[in-house]
Amino acid sequence: MSTKASRTAARLMISPAVLLLLAWMIVPLSMTLYFSLLRYNLLMPGMESWAGFENYRYFFTDPAFSAALFNTLALVGGVLVITVIGGILVALLLDQPFWGQGIVRLLVLAPFFVMPTVSALVWKNMFMNPVNGVFAWLARVFGLQPYDFLTQAPLASIIGIVAWQWLPFAALILLTALQSLDSEQMEAAEMDGASPLKRFWFITLPHLSRAITVVILIQTIFLLSIFAEILVTTNGGPGTASTNLTFLVYMQSLLQFDVGLGSAGGVVAIILANIVAIFLMRMIGKNLDA
Amino acid sequence: MPRAVTTRRKAVMTVIAWTVGLLIFFPILWTVLTSFKTEADAIAIPPRFLNFDWTLENYVTVQERSDYFRHFWNSVVISVGSTLIGLAIAIPAAWAMAFVPGKRTKDVLMWMLSTKMLPPVGVLVPIYLLFRDTGLLDTRIGLVIVLTLINLPIIVWMLYTYFREIPGEILEAARMDGAGLRSEILYVLTPMAVPGIASTMLLNIILAWNEAFWTLNLTAAKAAPLTAFIASYSSPEGLFYAKLSAASTMAIAPILILGWFSQKQLVRGLTFGAVK
Amino acid sequence: MSTTLRALLGATALCAAGGIAAAQENVTLTIATVNNGDMIRMQALASDFTEKHPNIELEWVTLEENVLRQRVTTDIATKGGQYDVMTIGTYEVPIWGAQDWLVPLNDLPAEYDVDDLLPAIRDGLTVDGNLYAAPFYGESSMVMYRTDLMEAAGLEMPEAPTWDFIKEAAAAMTDKDAEVYGICLRGKAGWGENMAFLTAMANSYGARWFDEEWNAQFDSPEWKATLDDYLMLMNEYGPPGAANNGFNENLALFQQGKCGMWIDATVAASFVTNPEDSTVADKVGFALAPDNGLGKRGNWLWAWSLGIPAGSQKIDAAKEFIAWATSKEYTAMVAEKEGWANVPPGTRQSLYDNPEYQKVPFAQMTLDSINAADPTQPTVDPVPYTGVQFVAIPEFQGIGTAVGQQFAAALAGQSTAEQALSNAQALTTREMTRAGYPK
Repeated sequence: MSTKASRTAARLMISPAVLLLLAWMIVPLSMTLYFSLLRYNLLMPGMESWAGFENYRYFFTDPAFSAALFNTLALVGGVLVITVIGGILVALLLDQPFWGQGIVRLLVLAPFFVMPTVSALVWKNMFMNPVNGVFAWLARVFGLQPYDFLTQAPLASIIGIVAWQWLPFAALILLTALQSLDSEQMEAAEMDGASPLKRFWFITLPHLSRAITVVILIQTIFLLSIFAEILVTTNGGPGTASTNLTFLVYMQSLLQFDVGLGSAGGVVAIILANIVAIFLMRMIGKNLDA
Repeated sequence: MPRAVTTRRKAVMTVIAWTVGLLIFFPILWTVLTSFKTEADAIAIPPRFLNFDWTLENYVTVQERSDYFRHFWNSVVISVGSTLIGLAIAIPAAWAMAFVPGKRTKDVLMWMLSTKMLPPVGVLVPIYLLFRDTGLLDTRIGLVIVLTLINLPIIVWMLYTYFREIPGEILEAARMDGAGLRSEILYVLTPMAVPGIASTMLLNIILAWNEAFWTLNLTAAKAAPLTAFIASYSSPEGLFYAKLSAASTMAIAPILILGWFSQKQLVRGLTFGAVK
Repeated sequence: MSTTLRALLGATALCAAGGIAAAQENVTLTIATVNNGDMIRMQALASDFTEKHPNIELEWVTLEENVLRQRVTTDIATKGGQYDVMTIGTYEVPIWGAQDWLVPLNDLPAEYDVDDLLPAIRDGLTVDGNLYAAPFYGESSMVMYRTDLMEAAGLEMPEAPTWDFIKEAAAAMTDKDAEVYGICLRGKAGWGENMAFLTAMANSYGARWFDEEWNAQFDSPEWKATLDDYLMLMNEYGPPGAANNGFNENLALFQQGKCGMWIDATVAASFVTNPEDSTVADKVGFALAPDNGLGKRGNWLWAWSLGIPAGSQKIDAAKEFIAWATSKEYTAMVAEKEGWANVPPGTRQSLYDNPEYQKVPFAQMTLDSINAADPTQPTVDPVPYTGVQFVAIPEFQGIGTAVGQQFAAALAGQSTAEQALSNAQALTTREMTRAGYPK
């Protein structure tokens, strides 16, 4: 049905979005690429000089680099695991008949609206603080030593905070998917004497697979560049225990003001993001076409 | 199944579901409660749940320190503005992708999404220099532009998955009746697409409202939204829990209320076409 | 001089500077400042300034220290021009002044009495004879301790304690079941956080950042001794979560009565003795920062100051504001409204000559501490840099914070003191080589 005219029209309609995004990508990216080949420190103006790949060499040999790479992946992976499994459980629960469904759904949805900075501040000070936090008080009620979350388990604590923010998102997508599940199929399986676990495994889970891939895709996009939560809670430490790539680049470009090194890090982070992106797109692309 | 069992099961489920719901919600509830306490009550041990002297003092202190309403208005302008412009650019693009798909449509879409994965820190200095040269630093226009661009891929994708669900037969029928491209969009597609556009809009307002990197780094005073307002509380000054809570409550309340009121549209929009 | 007369004079000066048309033109100053108590107070009192200068409007950008530093540095280095007045410290001023990034403040009015500024503070803000920023408050560090707990422990704090006494007192005051920790020190990583304390402490142990050829010195026995003692004090007698405690966190702990001793900025004295915020206001004593008998004490020197970026279009109005905020009159106004204990300390000799201010319990100790710091000769052995708790080179922010991360990791128990020191040595050497030292 698509005539040549409508194709041309379609191109015209797509082009503003494509051109804008292309500009948004290419202009800063080429500047970043250029800076990454310079010795360029904002604090020492007039000293810019060609550096070749020296910045990259320094970035890769930075002892913090491998830690940051690992932390980035652990952060994304950890949050994904918690939110997908937790999301399925919450969705299954909300799908049951009970009184006050509407209100409970609002309660579960709420963390999604909270600014990252606010949620990090609240968790850090009012819950995880080992002296005044709610958790410390709970520990003492049970006669335990308060656990010092952000020092003893900084990365896990940040994963927890981020997972809290994203759990509602996962739970609600999965709940919507769950509600479209064919109830006749479920009842038939029940008649056949399939256990609830089996029914979940063979009917519910496959039905949810599309929704799960969407959750993974969207969250990964946002999780790769987690920044505010780290800045507010641990500043990437202690040591480099909670430094991810974004934070490492931040340290270099906005703390040392070493634009050259920071840009090299930025380029590396962009490449990594694109590797993850390609990998994801393959996986999602298949699943979404089905 | 006997009715008694169902009721009992429902009661049990009610207890479990409410417990889980309240646990997830507790940090927010606790923040709101703490915002009405005095600083001494805020750190009292054991924690005081409702038995404290309610006070509005913290809100007064916070408002004295920085004008909430100006930050609030900046947040509104920036998030709504960037969403509307984003929609204006994305609707035609998504429409074309959904109804006149070419061989490369999927690739273009995926490429768009991948631009969203660029770490913003990596390009801050170039953007800052560009903004300085164009006089866009600390302007709402500048932030609207940036937020439009960073959320555009999500908008396009959400709309695309929506439009794809509109059955093609209706279009065919409209064309049979001799409707032109213009009236096709205006009278046939638009009414069917409105719910999708509404939920896309909501989600993007929320994302733009909560964006805390660009909004913080490209503003100083005039265009600073609520993310900057909260940033001045990011480290304690002596006893500060109650003041922090008041500022936090003020920063998240508007978007929380908006989200709650529109949660039906929002939740549907969140599925990104994953549910058929 | 009456207020009206002064306002009149101010207005005349402004007219003279900018012509009548300029004086009547409305100007909006964007002021970037830290969210410390004294600055918050200045913001609240700023209506006094705007009443006297009806044509000047003030916009405040109040941020947490690290965020503020990042924002103003980005802005001034790229000449972004977003701010007209910046709050900066003794670290930035010499570096920025040498780059001509700041407007010299040599032409402040006579009644400002620039010679009244404390020499130690003024020298830190002067480059090649030009004053590049006016000090809002100055600070050193000292020991703040709980007199009641000290008495209960059967000890008496000398006016100039040694580190050995601090260890003994910390052990005697700690009662973890009652949530009383003998000593609270900074642990949060950052060149202005834990490294400010540790560098100053290291000075009193005879350690230094660099030798005269700019070689990193973290492999020295002096640094080892410093870090060992610091870790011992914090692990045995410190509060939980110390690796995340900076100035403000420790202030909150001390105000809640959870610290026996706290070695930190002198400016904290007015907060811990203020009965509105502090539960231990009437039980606080002060002493000089400890030493180790090597002739140097572990106290630093810092001044939060107001400067004008060179690109600003509103230099005259900005100068008016700075002259107001750092004037004797501002001090008098705070004293009148909030009491002498709450005036911004540590910048003017006249304040310490004032008999009213001498009644403030921490006044003399603050002055003595400031005078005891020597930025040009911070430690026992000679060094190629200036700065007591920092090294005044642009690279220091990054290096200092990275080293701070290593020491915080040691405090958190993730590495040993030896590992932390050898990592610090390696990364400092690496960064200094990259920067091309020795220059």
